[in-house]
Amino acid sequence: MITLDSLTKSYDDHLVVDGVSLELPSAGVTSIIGPNGAGKSTLLSMVSRLLGVDAGTVDLDGLDVHRAPSREVARRLAILRQDSHTPARITVRELVELGRHPHSKGRLTPACHAAVDAALARCDLADLDRRGLHELSGGQRQRAYVAMVLAQDTRYLLLDEPLNSLDLVHATALMQLLRTLSDEHGTSVVLVLHDINYASVHSDRIIAMRDGRVVRDGTPEEVITEEALSDVYGAPFRVHHLDGDRIAAYYR
Amino acid sequence: MRRVVLALTLATLGAAALLLTWGVDGHWDFALPRRLETLAALVIVGAAVAVATVVFQTVTASRILTPSIMGFDSLYVLVATLIVWSTGAATALAMPPLALFALNTGVMLGASLLLFRAVIGDGTRGLYTTVLAGVIAGTLFSSISGFLFRVMDPNAFDVLMADLFASFTSIDTTLLAVGAVVLTAAVAGAFAMARRLDVLALGRDGAIGVGLDHRRTVMLAMALVAVLVSVSTALVGPVTFLGLLVANLAYRLTGTHRHGANLLVAMLVAAVALVLGQALLQHVLAFNGTLGSLISLVGGVVFIAMLIKESRR
Repeated sequence: MITLDSLTKSYDDHLVVDGVSLELPSAGVTSIIGPNGAGKSTLLSMVSRLLGVDAGTVDLDGLDVHRAPSREVARRLAILRQDSHTPARITVRELVELGRHPHSKGRLTPACHAAVDAALARCDLADLDRRGLHELSGGQRQRAYVAMVLAQDTRYLLLDEPLNSLDLVHATALMQLLRTLSDEHGTSVVLVLHDINYASVHSDRIIAMRDGRVVRDGTPEEVITEEALSDVYGAPFRVHHLDGDRIAAYYR
Repeated sequence: MRRVVLALTLATLGAAALLLTWGVDGHWDFALPRRLETLAALVIVGAAVAVATVVFQTVTASRILTPSIMGFDSLYVLVATLIVWSTGAATALAMPPLALFALNTGVMLGASLLLFRAVIGDGTRGLYTTVLAGVIAGTLFSSISGFLFRVMDPNAFDVLMADLFASFTSIDTTLLAVGAVVLTAAVAGAFAMARRLDVLALGRDGAIGVGLDHRRTVMLAMALVAVLVSVSTALVGPVTFLGLLVANLAYRLTGTHRHGANLLVAMLVAAVALVLGQALLQHVLAFNGTLGSLISLVGGVVFIAMLIKESRR
């Protein structure tokens, strides 16, 4: 369980995250949704210690995320952000191997190689593993980064808008992969999503933010409603029931 | 990879043999010790500049920036000028070489750490801000030095000029020995953190994500760079474009992101380039020029070509 206690962050007097207290479960898929500027990414950055807090604490199974050794945290929690920097001349396999750093400090053990192979296979990259990262398409590269955080083999996997550079088919494939990971491997997946329908279809729990606060928190049935979404985004929504899923329409 | 290292090692040995034996007519006992000293200086300084540049480029996530380009050379000129200006030519000449060297290096080390911290921060500022800050700092340092040149006693200026041009042939043996020890230690330090540097190339967020103590690693890397460039510059003077040349050549040759390989190959490339360059300078150009200007000629062209290529992307 990750416990957030009154997390606060402001940039130049502008309050971005306003005293958020939450418990993120140790299993299942949790999506964070909300309009631009709601503080979703900032919240995720603070939970994953990429960003310091102005006030509040993050407790990761008894570990204070902002005070514990970074390596200790990295063995339990992996974070994937959008603006990853790509090292020059690196191959897919070498990138995924960097995900083992918290366990091996760069000297790979047999267990590391197994984890790397498994991550490559899960992300459908086994055939591309010797290719240079710069030779890949945007979608393949995104999958390579996902494989890297999978190889890290952590209880918690945090992703900040992982679908951004993916086309429809690859976006769905990635969501299925995360769902499977959670179901079969017991990983707790926490992700910031812009597409509320992916959140609706694949999540166990949806947290909706607006103006730096959590305004809705519950199952897709509770959050993907016309009333709740209109409140969160400040715009009209229609919610349709299709094959047992709740699909929100906001195109008109 | 092994073939590259082997070929470069052989090339280094060949270049070294050439430098040591070319045109020695009879007086081996006179020529050899002097040439060995030059050879040692070339190899040690080359290795230091190569390692410093590769580490620096990883921290700044750039293939174009080097410590020299980021205002380091003008900082060196300023520090050397300030020392001669404030002590006077007579004192500077009378000072034991080791004391002057220690003073020069010490001030450089402190000043360069400050400069790097100010210009680079934690390496997340982006190329343009960093370049701009470096260029401004460099211009400021040059302007101050230029002013001091004008108000300086001509004797002091003469002493200073002898100090400011890269020279591998007139190094005090004791300084060379001291410098070699320090530089070897710093190079070993860089190799020891090669795997952490591999991770650092993921950028700040990526590196923290896989559990690297980012702040500490960047500080440590920058401290190593400061030691390497301060000591090697105090030893032979600025060789501005050497690092840029050898680092980029090394990346091409290795074709890998791994710092263990890139550091080693960059060192070997630097050794070959400097030793061959010196041999050519002595025999083909008959000492008409300095190695520094030869490197600047080639390196400057490469630098401009890289800038143009980068801006077209």
